[in-house]
Amino acid sequence: MLLRCKLFGKTYEFRDLRELMGKANEDKSGDHLAGVAASSAIERVAAKYVLSEVPLWALYEIPVAPYEQDEVTRVIMDAVDQNAYAQIKTWTVGQLREWILDNKTTNDDIKKIQNGLTSEMIAAVAKLMSNMDLVLAASKIRVVTHANNTMGEMGRLASRNQPNHPTDDPDGIRAEIYEGLSYGSGDSVIGINPVDDSLASVQRLLDMSYKVIQDWKIPTQNCVLAHVTTQMEAMKRGSPAGLVFQSLAGSQKGNESFGISVGMLDEAYEIAKKYAVVPGPNYMYFETGEGAELSADAHHGWDQLTLEVRCYGLAKRYAPFQVNSVVGFIGPEYLYDARQITRAGLEDHFCAKLTGISMGCDACYTNHARADQNSLENLSILLAAAGCNYFMGVPMGDDPMLSYQSNSFHDAPSLRQILKLRPLPEFENWLVEMGLWDKEKLLLTDKAGDATMFVR
Amino acid sequence: MITQQQIESIIDAVVAELQRQGLVRNERPFVPSGAGDLNLDLPDITALEYRTRAYVENVRKPDVLRALMSTTPSRIGIGHAGPRYRNIPQFIFLADHAVTQDALFKEIDPALLQQFNLFEVQTQASNRQEYLLRPDLGRKLSDTARKTLQEKCVKKPDVQIYVSDGLSAAAIEHNLRDIFPVIQQGLQQAGLKMGTPFYVKYGRVGLLNDVNSIVDAKVVVTLIGERPGLGRAEAASVYMGYRPQSDSNDADRDVVCNIFNGGTNPLEAGAYVVEYIKRMLKHQASGIKLKLIEQGISK
Ligand code: B12
Repeated sequence: MLLRCKLFGKTYEFRDLRELMGKANEDKSGDHLAGVAASSAIERVAAKYVLSEVPLWALYEIPVAPYEQDEVTRVIMDAVDQNAYAQIKTWTVGQLREWILDNKTTNDDIKKIQNGLTSEMIAAVAKLMSNMDLVLAASKIRVVTHANNTMGEMGRLASRNQPNHPTDDPDGIRAEIYEGLSYGSGDSVIGINPVDDSLASVQRLLDMSYKVIQDWKIPTQNCVLAHVTTQMEAMKRGSPAGLVFQSLAGSQKGNESFGISVGMLDEAYEIAKKYAVVPGPNYMYFETGEGAELSADAHHGWDQLTLEVRCYGLAKRYAPFQVNSVVGFIGPEYLYDARQITRAGLEDHFCAKLTGISMGCDACYTNHARADQNSLENLSILLAAAGCNYFMGVPMGDDPMLSYQSNSFHDAPSLRQILKLRPLPEFENWLVEMGLWDKEKLLLTDKAGDATMFVR
Repeated sequence: MITQQQIESIIDAVVAELQRQGLVRNERPFVPSGAGDLNLDLPDITALEYRTRAYVENVRKPDVLRALMSTTPSRIGIGHAGPRYRNIPQFIFLADHAVTQDALFKEIDPALLQQFNLFEVQTQASNRQEYLLRPDLGRKLSDTARKTLQEKCVKKPDVQIYVSDGLSAAAIEHNLRDIFPVIQQGLQQAGLKMGTPFYVKYGRVGLLNDVNSIVDAKVVVTLIGERPGLGRAEAASVYMGYRPQSDSNDADRDVVCNIFNGGTNPLEAGAYVVEYIKRMLKHQASGIKLKLIEQGISK
């Protein structure tokens, strides 16, 4: 194998595709930590240039981890539609980029080849794209799902109501849910991260959130983001859950560190189909985030973007209602500053849409990263323009339990206003009934922001 | 005789209390002192009364809103300007973000370590910046640390406890006094053999493995600072595992998190940790394995 080019008369050579893929990435601290990043800006360009001439079949043949040794690889490879793959396997990565960007290429065209792509190919094409490329390309691709309401249609933007509380106090969580609903947040899911992963606590929160949904006849679903095994047990015992959640990693070893396996997820999916209190056909909710694999020493020497895209390949097996990366969540060791977080957020969204899953984004940062609320707002505007399915809704963006900052209850209505987007259709009608939303002007009404309207 | 000054301070206190309850609104906290002469002397909006105030305009049920707000430290009842934030909540948020960044670089108070007889060792991270960017170094003891632990620590105890700053030294300062005695006493009462406790600077959770390569305990427990939230650096976690090995990972561990007054109460957390340790010893397992055994799914 020879992977070589010249720039300004100087030769750049790459040992193998794994090294090339790492060096073709935009600058990220996590890739430096893994020792796979380019050593200079010009070497990065050289890697992108060489990668653009690599045919897709070559990437098909070198998954991150061997088929025999890694069940995530098996899930992704077994799902490849050989007819679709046959159409594109001789294309180069560069050709794929220009084809996706081409004005003649539509959502339908992309859907036709989508199932022929592996995660490694999708990650590769993202590496050749600029930020605006990623926004434009993603904006072409729609992935529509349904649980209690419809996610992902053109012109819609949803918000997950994320009412976390440092002691899981049901009263406090309910108060936050009310505040969020009064701003039109909650159409994606009312999704609570519990402090206490015990069965009793998870059941209590499922009951409470489901009751709010029932009492106010809200077209949405609830979810408690405990470990999947706890949710499965709760559902078997009759607790009402709308979506079943789990964090994913892009390698078998990474998933082992999360205490999950494909077998366990398969079982969770069966339980969801059987017990979830939504009509479906989509029942699952996954979160991902660049760096999780490296953090568990489960990255097989690959870059964090490629591993991230493999999470989407795995997620696709379960036709999820929604998936989001939690893009600045772990910290500066993987995404150092606002610029790296922004880049990763745009890549993740595009790659997930190209994979064919319903993608939102937890655009966020931690207090030890060099980012702030302004940079997070910027990212969410870019992603909303890219057709992102949903963002988080956290009271003023400050989550006192997970200790990070994300989008706020105020952000979804702002983005809807700026970009002429609407809440999810069923939920929009409910907001109108509640007198919170002006369907003509696409604005919140004067009643918005007063949580007491939900206290009888 | 009550002095004028005392009367004024009583009035101030009453007004502050009314404001705290939202009964008096102080929308314009300053008074211009005269035409043409701009003279701003603004109050401290980071004070509790400004944090607990409702900023929603035309609330239907003001008392209900106050009741809702009292149930959570989250920033609700903040109102809006169009779909955006009102001024004062926005400045409080920005101020909190600014001070949080300082908290990250704080070091632990040596007097506290002395009080609990904790000697100090360090991981391979040589400073805070390196610690932030190289989590791998925070999972390995420095060579000096290895030697010190070899010399000073009891080997093969039932339970080894150590403390680490992690991402917030302030969290340790906040909780150690409450939680540490509870855990120690609980384990002593259970008749378990305790290892020699110590403090590790710049530790990550995965350091459990390296520590156990020296002390060879049945259960290893670390009290560690969680990453700081906005304006809050006081939350700590206890991570623990049964017989951590060099290849143990998070699935083999358990955690009690959000420990501080206002989250998981440190005294209760201590008792909870002791319970966890007993269960680990009983089933000779921890993490997901322990959970599956207890649910009767696996042996
Ligand atoms: C950051 C974080 C993560 C990161 C960790 C990666 C990283 N490098 O930091 C990611 C996104 C991967 C993660 C994943 C999960 N997390 Co987490 N995580 C946190 C968070 C926000 C901060 C942790 C922190 O400050 N650590 C301190 C520093 C010093 O540790 P560190 O060495 O840098 O990082 C290690 C720990 O963070 C640890 N860790 C993180 N989460 C968890 C969860 C469990 C059960 C264990 C054993 C270890 C663990 O993994 C890191 C690598 O070893 C806490 C919230 C909190 N208040 O603490 C939740 C929290 C600890 N996580 C939680 C959960 C439930 C999970 C998941 C099980 C979610 C899921 N359903 O899959 C997964 C799987 C964890 C696993 N077994 O690997 C819960 C634990 C609840 C409980 N009582 O059991 C918490 C409290 C948040 C919540 N309420 O949802 N998490």
